[in-house]
Amino acid sequence: MERLNQIIASHAGREGPLLPILHDVQAEYGHVSEEAIRTIAGALNLSRADVHGVVSFYHDFHEAAEARAVLKLCRAEACQARGVEALVAGLRDNPRVKVEAVYCLGLCSVGPNAMVGGKVHARLDAAKLGALVEALA
Amino acid sequence: MTVVRISDDALALACGADDVASAFEAAGCTVERVSSWGMHWLEPLVEIGGQGFGPLDRNDVTAVLAGASAKAIGRIEDHPFIAKQQRFTFARAGKTRPLSLEDYAAHGGWQGLARAREIGGAATIAQVTESGLRGRGGAGFPAGIKWTTVANAAADQKYIVCNADEGDSATFADRMVMEGDPFMLIEGMAIAALAVGAHHGYVYIRSEYPHAIAKMEAAVRASAHIVAPFVAEVRVGAGAYVCGEETSLLNSLEGKRGEVRAKPPLPALEGLFGKPTVVNNVLTLAAVPWIMANGAAAYAQVGFGRSKGTMPIQLAGNVKFGGLFEVGFGVTLGELVMTVGGGTASGRPVRAVQVGGPLGAYHPPAEFHLPFDYEAFAANDGLIGHAGLTVFDDSADMSAQARFAMNFCAVESCGKCTPCRIGSTRGVELIDRIRARSGRAADKVEALPQMHNARKAERTLGDEITLLEDLCETMKFGSLCALGGFTPYPVLSALRHWPEDFGAQ
Repeated sequence: MERLNQIIASHAGREGPLLPILHDVQAEYGHVSEEAIRTIAGALNLSRADVHGVVSFYHDFHEAAEARAVLKLCRAEACQARGVEALVAGLRDNPRVKVEAVYCLGLCSVGPNAMVGGKVHARLDAAKLGALVEALA
Repeated sequence: MTVVRISDDALALACGADDVASAFEAAGCTVERVSSWGMHWLEPLVEIGGQGFGPLDRNDVTAVLAGASAKAIGRIEDHPFIAKQQRFTFARAGKTRPLSLEDYAAHGGWQGLARAREIGGAATIAQVTESGLRGRGGAGFPAGIKWTTVANAAADQKYIVCNADEGDSATFADRMVMEGDPFMLIEGMAIAALAVGAHHGYVYIRSEYPHAIAKMEAAVRASAHIVAPFVAEVRVGAGAYVCGEETSLLNSLEGKRGEVRAKPPLPALEGLFGKPTVVNNVLTLAAVPWIMANGAAAYAQVGFGRSKGTMPIQLAGNVKFGGLFEVGFGVTLGELVMTVGGGTASGRPVRAVQVGGPLGAYHPPAEFHLPFDYEAFAANDGLIGHAGLTVFDDSADMSAQARFAMNFCAVESCGKCTPCRIGSTRGVELIDRIRARSGRAADKVEALPQMHNARKAERTLGDEITLLEDLCETMKFGSLCALGGFTPYPVLSALRHWPEDFGAQ
C-alpha cells in the first residue's frame, strides 16, 4: 500500500498521469487490483468506473496476475507471411508458459519473432521457439 | 586496435548482435555500437573500416579478423541496396552511435534547429510548407498547413505530439529512427515547437518497443539543455493498436480510454487537453531537420507528382532482402519487391503484396507498375500508409488474410462507432461462412412471422459475397476513423484480385 502511494506521488504534477501510474503499478505488482484502482481513483479525483474503464481498455493492464511465464509471439501479417502460423500449430502446450499473441514487434523483415521480458528473438523456427518455451518453463 | 561497428537496435539484438559483439571484444577488438544500416537480412552486420560482413555469428569472428570470411559483402556504402537509396532521414543510419551527442553534431545534427532559430517561426513554417512534406503516418496531410493552423490558433498553451505508436505490421522505420537516431526526432520536435509556439512535447511510444523507449528517454535527458526552453517527454502506450489514430492517442495521453474522438474539432485547434496541438508521425518530424538544414527546394526536388521528398520504405514479410529502403517517391511497386527486395525469401512466386500495414490493400503482381505515390495508390483502391510492404508467396490463402483483417479490426476496435465495432465481428462471421461455402438459411428469429423485413430465402455464396461488399461499404464510409474505415481495403482487394480463394469458379 505504501509502495502504491509512493508510485502515485512520484507522478504528481504530471499532465495526464493515469497511464504512467498504471504502468508502474502493473510492473510492480503484476496486475492492477481492485484495491489499487480504488486508491488511484481517490488520489486522482476520478471515479472508480473511470479508472476501471482505462484498465480494461488496454491490453497491457490486467486485473488478475498471470501465474505463468509469458512469451509474446508476433502473429501479424509479416510474420504470417514468414510462417508463424505453422509454428503455432506445432507448438506443444506447456502449462507453465502462456504464449500470447502480439501484433507486431517491428522486426518484420526477420520474422517469426517473439519477445520474452524485454528481450526479442528473431528468425524463429520450430526448434528455436520450442527451446524458448522450454527455457521459460 | 581494430574498431568493429555493430548495431544495437532491437532487430540486430534479436538476431544475436550482442553475442557477436562479445566475441569480437574477446578477440581484442574495440566494439562500437552504432545504428542499423537497415539491411536486415545481413544482421548481425559488422563493419570494419567501411567493409561489411554479415550475417555473422560468433563462430565467424576468427575468419573475419583473418580477412578470410565468406560473409564479406565489400564496402557497405557501395552495396547496391545502399547505393540505390536517397537517404535524407536515414543519412546517419549505420554511421553514428545513437546516444552520442558528439556523433550527432559531427554528422550534421542540430543544424536544422539552429537555422530555425535564426529565421524564426513563420519562416520555418514557410520552409516546411515549400518542401511539400506530407504527413508520413498514412494520411499524407501537408505538414506545413497543419503547423500553420496551430501557429495561428490563439492559446495559452500548445503542444507537439509525436505519434510513435507504430503498430502496423511491416513497419519499423519509426523504431529505427528512435533507436538509431533519437536526437533527430527530438530536433524535429523542437523545430516544430519553435514554429508553432509550443513549449512542451510528448513522444507517445508503443509498449511493444522497450528498446526505443529506453533510447528515447536517454536521448531526451541528454539533449534537454540543447532544445530548451522546449521540453520533451516520453509516454508509453499500453498495447492498444487504435491509439495510433491521432485523437485516440490524445485521449490516451490524457489518461483516458483510447477511444477515437469525432473530428471536428481538429486536434490542431482543440487537441491535447483541449489545446492546439501538432500531432505528427515520427517520420514527418524526423524529416524536418534535414529540410531546415538543406533547404525546402532540395527536398521538393525529389519525388513524384504531389508526393515530394523521400519515403523510408520498409520491405518485410516473405522477402529475400528485407529492410529499410529510403528513396524518392515514384519508384514502382515491382522495382521495390522484385529488384530491391529480390522477390520472396522462400523462392516461390510472389502472390500478393500488402502495402500500408493491416489496413492496406493487397496488390497482385499485375499491379507492380504502380508508382509509389499517395495519389496513384488511392486511384487503385489502395494506400501507401506508413510505407510498409508485406510480401506473400503463392502459399498465401487470401480469404484467410481477409478474415484476419476483419478479426484484427474486431479485436482492436475502440468500440466507439457501430460500423467498426459490430461490422468487423459480422464481417468475420460472414467470411467464415464464405470460406466454409456453407451459405446461410434464415435463422430462428429471422423466420418469425413478425420479422417482416428479414430475408426468408436462403443465402447463396454469391449473396454472401454481395453482403460482404455491402458491409465493407458501410464500414468504409460510416466509421469514425481509419481502423474501421480502412479495414475494407485488405478485405475487398483480396476479394477482387483472388476471387478463387472465396469460392468463385
